[in-house]
Amino acid sequence: MKARPYPRWVSRVFIFATTMLAFTGLLQMPLAKRYYLTELPGMAWTGDFFLVHKLHYMLAALLLFITALVVIHWVIDWHDSLRLTTLGRVRAGVLAGVVISGGLRVYRNMPDITLDPMVIVTIEWVHMTLATTLGVLALIALVRKSSAYAVRK
Amino acid sequence: MKKKTNTGFSRRRFLKTLGIGSAVALVPGGAVAAQERVPKPSDGELATLLDLSKCIGCGECVSACRESNAGKFPEPEKPFPPMLPSRRAKPEDWSNKRDVEDRLTPYNWLTLQTAEVEYNGEEYEIHIPRRCMHCQNPPCANMCPFGAANKQRNGLTIISDSLCLGGAKCRTVCPWHIPQRQSGVGLYLDLMPRLAGNGVMYKCDRCYQLLDKGELPACISACPEDVQTIGPRHEIVTKAKALAREMNGFIYGLEENGGTNTIYVSPVPFELLDRSVEKGKGKPHLKKVKDVMADETNLAAAALVAPIAGVTAGLLGLGAKLLKNDSGDTGGDHES
Repeated sequence: MKARPYPRWVSRVFIFATTMLAFTGLLQMPLAKRYYLTELPGMAWTGDFFLVHKLHYMLAALLLFITALVVIHWVIDWHDSLRLTTLGRVRAGVLAGVVISGGLRVYRNMPDITLDPMVIVTIEWVHMTLATTLGVLALIALVRKSSAYAVRK
Repeated sequence: MKKKTNTGFSRRRFLKTLGIGSAVALVPGGAVAAQERVPKPSDGELATLLDLSKCIGCGECVSACRESNAGKFPEPEKPFPPMLPSRRAKPEDWSNKRDVEDRLTPYNWLTLQTAEVEYNGEEYEIHIPRRCMHCQNPPCANMCPFGAANKQRNGLTIISDSLCLGGAKCRTVCPWHIPQRQSGVGLYLDLMPRLAGNGVMYKCDRCYQLLDKGELPACISACPEDVQTIGPRHEIVTKAKALAREMNGFIYGLEENGGTNTIYVSPVPFELLDRSVEKGKGKPHLKKVKDVMADETNLAAAALVAPIAGVTAGLLGLGAKLLKNDSGDTGGDHES
């Protein structure tokens, strides 16, 4: 896994998007003000629930773009030369769950959409659990020095 | 209602004065007429219309609300668990002030505001029952991180007291700051009471337990003046507009926050009412409110377009150019 089979910017955009999504996702809970995060220089915005929410949407759009680009490129090209690692496969599956549950979350927030309360609770907790799982898996991959999702065949 | 006509007794007050109020209580005011207005589950999203020209500020709705919802009121465990950091996480306790009626509290989900205004050369005293507006796209529900607040198919928003952690985010994002917190009760006590949560948020749930049985919410059936009407939203909107035309009046709640299911009609402009009523914590304003979820609605389109753009870029070959390996092939230990 020494050789990177895809360009550096893909990794950087992915890491930026997921890290910031994790941060803004965490800030959906009312923690920033309670724990003085808003008092830190340049961090007052973390206490603005609406701003943090919109940032989460924008970062999600960025993640969806880069993920779609990579997936389509995998389908038309990379699947011949690359293979997913075990940890890569697991993380790809979890990521898919995060994306789907997040998409349902966005759908739920649309005007004129009213879902069953139990469905909503399920979406919320699945999204939070999978996002946390993805973070834990990323740390495991980092420790095992196998962060790359895919390697050359 | 015009001040000069605001001293009249209601039917209920008159009967109560005669000492036969208890007999009336067996047949709630307006019950006969009201039964015809009881919505059915198939009616979909329900809205309420409040004709402020009728309200005499008698407080029957406030009392009825408290009575109807008494079983849902919090019974906190004391002493409250210490919370960290103590300077920021302070308990909110209304359990010893349950009788407070002049503002919204966890034990008072409906309060009356009074405005004394002059409009077109006439003096008006307008009483305004205030409670949750039951927004069509409620930010309290959309932005609750735990799914504790949810809008139901019949248009009302309920906060689950078994799931709410009392972070009060719903109160912050509500344009009227309606939900009120009681500490020492709820799920947070079983999780990490020192570190997260601070009780449960409470607000009007439009007496869902009565609606489910095909009965009217308590504040509606108890009103001696038939101030409130409930029904399918499209019908209520039509009625509200007709009423406003008839009295040459004004509407609040139809457009606020993108549309609510509580529509007030007043003979005087709401700007004047807002200036006159006492506002503050638990005492909501009557200002115009933009749709606070509008940006999210627009960004949802961006979230939908983003993967399509990614796929399109890939199919058009742009992806190949973008994703062409920069052939440095150095490092690569930490890419994801």
